[in-house]
Amino acid sequence: MQQIRPVFKREFLGYFRSPVAYVFLVAFLVISVSLAFSRYGGFFKGGIASMESYFSFFPWLFLFIVPAVGMRLWSEEKRSGTVELLFTLPVTTLEAVLGKFLAGWAFLALAILLSFPMALTLAYLGEPDWGVIASSYLGAILMAGAYLGVCALASALTRNQVISFVLSLVACSVLLFLGFSSFADFLEGVFPLYVADAVANFSFITHFDAFTKGVIDPKDIVFFLSLTGFTLFLNVVALER
Amino acid sequence: MIEVNGLVKTYGSTRAVDGVTFRVRRGEILGFLGPNGAGKSTTMKMLTGFLRPDAGTATVDGVDVALDPVTVKRKLGYLPESAPAYPEMTVEEFLSFIAEVRGYRTEPAKRAQVDRAITLTHLASVRRQTIETLSKGFKQRVGFAQAVLHDPPVLVLDEPTDGLDPNQKSEIRALIRGMAAEKAVILSTHILEEVDALCTRVIIISRGRIVADETPAALRARQPGARLDEVFRSLTAADV
Repeated sequence: MQQIRPVFKREFLGYFRSPVAYVFLVAFLVISVSLAFSRYGGFFKGGIASMESYFSFFPWLFLFIVPAVGMRLWSEEKRSGTVELLFTLPVTTLEAVLGKFLAGWAFLALAILLSFPMALTLAYLGEPDWGVIASSYLGAILMAGAYLGVCALASALTRNQVISFVLSLVACSVLLFLGFSSFADFLEGVFPLYVADAVANFSFITHFDAFTKGVIDPKDIVFFLSLTGFTLFLNVVALER
Repeated sequence: MIEVNGLVKTYGSTRAVDGVTFRVRRGEILGFLGPNGAGKSTTMKMLTGFLRPDAGTATVDGVDVALDPVTVKRKLGYLPESAPAYPEMTVEEFLSFIAEVRGYRTEPAKRAQVDRAITLTHLASVRRQTIETLSKGFKQRVGFAQAVLHDPPVLVLDEPTDGLDPNQKSEIRALIRGMAAEKAVILSTHILEEVDALCTRVIIISRGRIVADETPAALRARQPGARLDEVFRSLTAADV
């Protein structure tokens, strides 16, 4: 497991060695903040010192933003042939998968945490509930991990970054829409309630919502972590086949 | 040092490697010859643990690649075809990464290995340049530096002189020759003069099978008076 470190380090710094990191960070912050400020977000209009209007867009924003980070994880290595270099170095597949995944996750966490001026703004304007803000950040980072797990898996399946991006988008939107209210209503109309509930339980929204309200429920944490773990396991399988 | 026994690899319906068997001892430089697509690279990829063979075994120093790939990979230096490297890294960053993965974790140890590899392959002038800006010859040397960085007992080089100019070619050859005494080296090439200049033994592979395994002199003696490329053509005629 000690080989995770060099792989992580190379991958994480790799974002900053090209313009990717800067373009991504700026785009993410501009989009997420302007969504919150927009009339759909109502960050100021609501008159409440809360970041809920900021975080409520995250499940949707991640749909596009996380595949943008995840698509290159393996596709890039396959296309440029460096995958052959990596897997003939004394590194196991699991170490490589974890190293690269953790690097992508750390990068996403950095992007999310860089929105802290929003929290400072709230502190200046009013008296926000810091507990809720902290739990929202925790939820956002956990959700980013689950999204990234799905995207890393998609990336391991193809050497083409566009295909990887589209696959990630499709897989993530399925996981998102399962819990979208109008879709959930439709399910409840067609299936018995317990089936609809079970399906909705696989959605990012269902599990993320609690965090933005300040509730840290172990079952939500378990959901995100187990989804992450499962996709990483499939990632190893996909690379070893 | 290297023992390969009945390696087989099939892609779909084509058998790329069909029962390849050979040995390489310490101090030997084995030239792997064959037309494009004959199975040279596939054999090397199985030996280095990148591909899993469908049948057969490959062992390095008595360790089976399929059973303990990480141990084998520690003993190997491998230059894959066309020398892949991370383009956004500088030469120094890239070699430092390799050194870290190879277990040189402390700064002085890492520095020493990187400096040694850079000196050995004459990369000092470009050490702070990103790899994507390098010419083909320099890229190839970066790949070579990466392969010899940890001074491995076994070197597997897939077309090490591909894309180099004549001066660089003879330089790389001199390097390989200089290191060969205490190593087992396999190199693939389709340059016949290289085999003559460098190798102590030649294997010619055609359609996934070994059609000749002997010294360059013995190969030449097959058709007295003929040039090496004529012998090569008659042995691999089935391929075309």
